[in-house]
Amino acid sequence: MNKVLDIPRVNAKNMTDKEFFYGHKACAGCGGSIAVRLALKVLGERTYTALPAGCMSAVGFIFPQMAFNSNAIITTFPGAASMASGIAMGAKALGQKDFKTVVFAGDGGTADIGFQALSGMIDRNDDVLYICYDNEAYMNTGIQKSGLTPYGTQTTTTPAGKNLPGTLTHKKNLFEIIAAHDIAYAATASIGYPQDYLNKVNKAKHTKGASFIHVYASCPTGWGTPTETSVEIAKDAVDCGLIFLAEYEDGEFKLNRNPKEFASIPDYLKKQARFKHLSDQDIEIITEHRDKKWSRMRKHWL
Amino acid sequence: MKTNKIFISGDEAAAYGVKLCRPHVIAAYPITPQTITVERLSEMVEKGEMDGEYMHVESEHSAISVCMGASSVGARTFTASSSQGLLYMAEGLHYASGGRYPIVMMNANRSVALPWSIYGDHRDSLSLLDCGWIQVYVEDAQEALDMMIQAYRIAEHKDVLTPMMVNLDGFILTHTYELVEIPDQQKVDEFLPAFVTPNKMSFEEPKNLAFSSKPDDNTEFKYQQNQAVLKSIDVIKEVDQEFEATFGRKYHDMVEEYRCEDAEVVLVAIGSVCGTVRVVVDKLREEGMKVGLLKIRFMRPFPEQEVKDLAKRVKAIGVIDKDISFGYEGTVYTNVNSAISKVENYVYKSNFIGGLGGRDITKAEIEDMFHKLYAGLDKSREEKVEFFSLNVETNE
Ligand SMILES: Cc1ncc(C[n+]2csc(CCOP(=O)(O)OP(=O)(O)O)c2C)c(N)n1
Ligand code: SF4
Ligand SMILES: [Mg+2]
Repeated sequence: MNKVLDIPRVNAKNMTDKEFFYGHKACAGCGGSIAVRLALKVLGERTYTALPAGCMSAVGFIFPQMAFNSNAIITTFPGAASMASGIAMGAKALGQKDFKTVVFAGDGGTADIGFQALSGMIDRNDDVLYICYDNEAYMNTGIQKSGLTPYGTQTTTTPAGKNLPGTLTHKKNLFEIIAAHDIAYAATASIGYPQDYLNKVNKAKHTKGASFIHVYASCPTGWGTPTETSVEIAKDAVDCGLIFLAEYEDGEFKLNRNPKEFASIPDYLKKQARFKHLSDQDIEIITEHRDKKWSRMRKHWL
Repeated sequence: MKTNKIFISGDEAAAYGVKLCRPHVIAAYPITPQTITVERLSEMVEKGEMDGEYMHVESEHSAISVCMGASSVGARTFTASSSQGLLYMAEGLHYASGGRYPIVMMNANRSVALPWSIYGDHRDSLSLLDCGWIQVYVEDAQEALDMMIQAYRIAEHKDVLTPMMVNLDGFILTHTYELVEIPDQQKVDEFLPAFVTPNKMSFEEPKNLAFSSKPDDNTEFKYQQNQAVLKSIDVIKEVDQEFEATFGRKYHDMVEEYRCEDAEVVLVAIGSVCGTVRVVVDKLREEGMKVGLLKIRFMRPFPEQEVKDLAKRVKAIGVIDKDISFGYEGTVYTNVNSAISKVENYVYKSNFIGGLGGRDITKAEIEDMFHKLYAGLDKSREEKVEFFSLNVETNE
């Protein structure tokens, strides 16, 4: 049995005032930087942080202006999980105790190019918490489609036009793919629900071996949204059911939020320039996809 | 002196060498002809003969990445690869040298697909000559073992902090059995102290590593990295001298000259083919020809000074390349030629390309190369880049 349920909950009152990620060059309202900042507050000083190429490493390590107030390192784009495995094992081999190794990787760095290394890391059950901040595209290189870009999204490599609605594929089912490794702890989260996210990070912190969190993290620059609405949009995504909050623990899935009624999908989509072009038919496809997923989750995960 | 000799293959010799160096973390992925090394190391870990951890990575890209991660917190690391695997690591090879992680790697030299071939040549490592690693090429199993020990001393030296690749010819060395002396662990411990580096993350002194640089400072980082590799020339010499004093074996640092004192015509080569060239040199010497061998041990840093010293004394230099930089010439030749061009006297030169994909280079072929170099001296042959013993028609 995983004992992580016994740990005290994290809240705004008992969380540290210390900052571990500041002075970086992320855009105003960057959801990824919120995900990194909050998680590091939970993880604390005795943390090794590894970040692959992607926005968070690009904005945090511009020599000589280093933005992490604790140990941090950039990895190759495909090598975040494996470098973190090496850090965790190297530190253990040197006799270090009571520390955590964490990865913050983008959706592309996780679901696409870094997936092989991540699968290996979980397979070996290396003592690493892997957090995927999902902004639904390759943002650092200028908003290209990734395996986690949802249907209909306009990106620079899936332009919407007369012939195509933008992205043609749905998001990879990352959470369940990770769970299929029979990982000790995995969860989905959103920066729109920070309390939920923080406590999932805390659970993962106290999990021995590999753990994984998929956190939805808005990107005003790539999504075409006002900078002050980042947290709100990330909440809307959950409320309309396109993003779900769940956990996988001790071999069981658990749905953390099961709203009686969903908020409006069109309202969520129409706030974002990346979805402005969508037709009613596209929105129907998106809604159908959501409903199918939820009926499956409700049947098996409740 | 008491000796402890056992009959083992080159791959096993490398494994014994690594074991004596007590790495904290070993991460490797199997590929012929490197596999025996990682199998032996796994056995040593299983039997408790080694304290280190063996990480079963899912690819070579992850192997080098794990080594970098472990090195970034101050652990001693080892990996091994070959051919396709080495190329799959390529991104990490540059990353490791730029990050100044003194990882030691055994590379079993093997041909590169296509066409597929598991047999030896030098196209894998030579195509990665510019990735910032120190590259040494050994001639036998004993040298393979000994160079593992020397490699950690060189790579971890505070002025060097550069990863090092120890290259063994696939099959010819990796799978051939020889009597190899296993050095005493206590002596190795004295020769190779624990790895200490300021270039690491720690809780006492947190650091942000592996950062980005701007055009304003990138060149300076690369200048410093180049200086470090150049500096390793002195370190290689010191370490070899100290190694001889401790273990009684010497490898002549950057290069080894064989019967070159009064030589007129010299063949230059890397790796195991040097053994065959020695035999031919002895034979031709008996016949009164003034021939010699220059065994290049380190391709990076390159032994420019040693090649120049030789070029000043001889009339003709031939270079054997088990590789080809398509559209030009062999890579060893390009490097040797550049050094020769810096001496004032004229030296006749030629490049002999062959032994690709595991084809044996015979004594007769080497003898023929010496004769061709003599032909160059009396002007009956032009300088050229030649694929020797071809079985296809050429219109040359
Ligand atoms: C091997 C390799 N291929 C491509 C790149 C270029 N690259 C750097 S970051 C990036 C996109 C990152 O996207 P994601 O992982 O989603 O993170 P984000 O930038 O969105 O935060 C790409 C394609 C690279 N650095 N390395
Ligand atoms: S582009 Fe998006 S993810 Fe990247 S820094 Fe800006 S807001 Fe953050
Ligand atoms: Mg992204």
